[in-house]
Amino acid sequence: MSDHHHKETFITKYIFSTDHKMIAKQFLITGMFMAIIGMLMSAIFRVQLANPGEYSILYELLPGGWLNEDGGLNPDKYLALVTMHGTILVFWVLTAGLSGTFANFLIPLQIGARDMASGFINMLSYWFFFIATVVLLSSLFVESGPASGGWTIYPPLSALPQAIPGSGTGMTLWLYSITLFVVGSLLGGLNYIVTILNLRTKGMSMQRLPLTVWALLITAILGVLSFPVLLSCGLLLLFDRSFGTSFYLSDIIINGEALHNVGGSPILFEHLFWFLGHPEVYIILLPALGIVSEVIAVNSRKPIFGYKAMVGALLLIAFLSFIVWGHHMFMTGMNPFLGSVFTFTTLLIAIPSAVKVFNYLATLWRANIRFTPAMLFAIGTVSAFITGGLTGLILGDSALDINVHDTYFVVGHFHIVMGLSAIYGMFAGVYHWFPKMYGKMMNKTLGYVHFWGTFICAYGVFFPMHFLGLAGLPRRYYTNSSFPMFDGLADINEIITFFALAGAIVQAIFIFNFFYSIFKGTKTTANPWKSNTLEWTTPIERIHGNWPGELPVVTRWAYDYSKPGMDEDFVMQNVPLKEGEKEH
Amino acid sequence: MTNLLIALVVILAIAALVQLVRVNELLSEITNEDTNSVTDDDNNKNGILFLLTIPLFLGFVVWQMVTWDHLLLPPASSVHGAEIDSLMKVSMTLILIVFFALTPMLFFFAYKYRGKKGNTAYFFSHNNKLEVVWTVVPTIILTALIIYGLRTWDRAMNPDLSQATVIEVYSKQFDWTARYAGEDNVLGQSSYLLVKGKNTLGVDMLDEPSSDDIVTREVHLPVNKPVLLKFRSRDVIHSAFLPHFRVQMNCVPGLSTQFGFTPTKTTEQMKLEEGEDFEYVLLCNKICGAAHFNMQMKFIVESEEDYNKWISSQQSLETTLTLK
Repeated sequence: MSDHHHKETFITKYIFSTDHKMIAKQFLITGMFMAIIGMLMSAIFRVQLANPGEYSILYELLPGGWLNEDGGLNPDKYLALVTMHGTILVFWVLTAGLSGTFANFLIPLQIGARDMASGFINMLSYWFFFIATVVLLSSLFVESGPASGGWTIYPPLSALPQAIPGSGTGMTLWLYSITLFVVGSLLGGLNYIVTILNLRTKGMSMQRLPLTVWALLITAILGVLSFPVLLSCGLLLLFDRSFGTSFYLSDIIINGEALHNVGGSPILFEHLFWFLGHPEVYIILLPALGIVSEVIAVNSRKPIFGYKAMVGALLLIAFLSFIVWGHHMFMTGMNPFLGSVFTFTTLLIAIPSAVKVFNYLATLWRANIRFTPAMLFAIGTVSAFITGGLTGLILGDSALDINVHDTYFVVGHFHIVMGLSAIYGMFAGVYHWFPKMYGKMMNKTLGYVHFWGTFICAYGVFFPMHFLGLAGLPRRYYTNSSFPMFDGLADINEIITFFALAGAIVQAIFIFNFFYSIFKGTKTTANPWKSNTLEWTTPIERIHGNWPGELPVVTRWAYDYSKPGMDEDFVMQNVPLKEGEKEH
Repeated sequence: MTNLLIALVVILAIAALVQLVRVNELLSEITNEDTNSVTDDDNNKNGILFLLTIPLFLGFVVWQMVTWDHLLLPPASSVHGAEIDSLMKVSMTLILIVFFALTPMLFFFAYKYRGKKGNTAYFFSHNNKLEVVWTVVPTIILTALIIYGLRTWDRAMNPDLSQATVIEVYSKQFDWTARYAGEDNVLGQSSYLLVKGKNTLGVDMLDEPSSDDIVTREVHLPVNKPVLLKFRSRDVIHSAFLPHFRVQMNCVPGLSTQFGFTPTKTTEQMKLEEGEDFEYVLLCNKICGAAHFNMQMKFIVESEEDYNKWISSQQSLETTLTLK
């Protein structure tokens, strides 16, 4: 740990950097790039759903061969778009883009460490992710198209190229890509855990950790425990596809040909997949909730209410997330008794979730709220968490799930509770820590326009989906015009598409603001939000090693905002306790 | 040409944004204030917007509930479905109450406690009593909801099927076929290896109960009589979804699944209630390939008399397979 100010070349500074702050930015920019692609995909299939089979100028963005001869979108490629949209948003944006960015950026800065436990492994983690990205994107350009069996890639559909063209080369690339992705996220996750447990500065006990770090720690543990299961799950699928094994295949005739596979079960795949898949939901959500806890406390100028309960709720949610995966499988033919067990465990998650919501509300109560763009998005997260979380009580109940399973009700539910909550949390994080990342401020007014535009459009897109679902409309339908019973739903689809396109345009404001501010933004001060946590004690200029001299020593928790008897409405964590002052 | 125009519009939009931001920054240089620090004015504006969000957002939700109510599925046409509907009503009421309470509270707090220079927030870090209350209350409500849910699930999954008509529903890319068990009410054995020519379901004709099985392309059901649907799939996972009956079950290759229920309303009755175009329909509800969106089969519920007439007019599998 002697010399952290070694000379940096362009390559070691910007490309193969081992500085956690630079790696965080790499994750962020890659995540944003993928988010734009994923969002454009959704814009394209929303246009198809509003005007089935018709040509649209947006289709010019697609690779050749994705359209029918009359210019409409090809149904196979519609499914490809849906699949890739899901894959990109779930894994690339909300897992790597969110955790990768903020775990890397905040963990060392907020616990008072000079860098991650292993800078080299951290660098590897990004580069595995980068190669995974390249492989995934390359699958868009293979002749048979990318994977198109849904992001959950259930076999036999994903195993048989005869069943859907996307299950050919596209699926192989998908599996390679996800393998690299898992390796990358395991390297990252192990590093985060080790860093938090071992490299906390003097005085930074677990009880004084900011909630962001708690959330990132628990997220990393979830990832390390569940991603290997996805890896083995994908590996067995690879065997079935390439080596003729029968883990997931049995009794199949495809294109008139009876396959030799006997004795496998697709249900096994579903169990393995959702053993990752459900914790994955919380891998996405928890970092956002951690960020939101911090942003709400700072901008309410109040301590987060019920710190211990917040940590307890995070731990309980994380534990429960491992024993609820079966609620994705109520309709698979799984023994109904198992359905009962999973209903029970699933609905229990509502308890710690409710505690979190009430604690956020209590934090806002009698606050002195400063509406930075980050704070607006934090409030947006809480709103989405309430709205989307509640419909979970319907879907988690096996009896009710019979009729809403795999309908648009589910699409509305998870886009609000997981998609919106997490992406709002990510926006909150970017607006809040941008000054620390780039030494500049993002434009406030554009931030306000971005929030209100996004907030309106997002509810305009996802709220009406509940009604589509309650009308019985299944998800992943190329068009709903084949069933007279859905003819009345055309208006709803048009409204959703209108808001989806408007929402996509609003994001351009954010992207502009982000890049403009990096180069032309106004200079920041050392602690622009008057925040307590340690990252704001570092110099504005980025240095490898974070603090020029000694590491700060922590003497209090992170939430001494508006504490009576103090000179200002915030007290940084490294300010010693006054004589006779109680910790909190 | 259009591409060029679009590019032009994008460039102009970016230029406009840059100018907007520049003006903003220059103004603040003149007034010597940091343009990006939040002022009381910002707090007021955003606070008021949050206040306005309450009627607008909740109004939007209520508008949807009123305007689109007629599009939602009609009340269930099956015995267990009616129980599911009751559970749905209770759960929906509960979540709507919570939604209509918490959402305004959140936005009202945002408005009410919007910041003002000179104000101080109230240092309030925890309160054990309060926290116990809002842990225990949800726990009690959820316990009730879980018990109610599990009872409904249990009854839906374990109906009395001793008298049920047995029908196999066979799925493949991208259509459905039905096989009635015939007079003996026992389905003949089948295997995917026997699929050949006209024997599209791979029924083992050497198996005694096979001979009177009846293969059809639509399903007729007698009203108020239990029916047991048994599902098979030829190629990939499909999901048999009968939304009007509140029935859904995956069809998995290599695995046999089933769902038993009792229809309570004839198609005729539904036509009277829901309009002339009404039909019961079976949809595929698990992504299965290009024509997933158009994989359907008609279900017809009729009086026992009509049903008997229809079923006796159908040819048995033995006859159809031996016909040249």
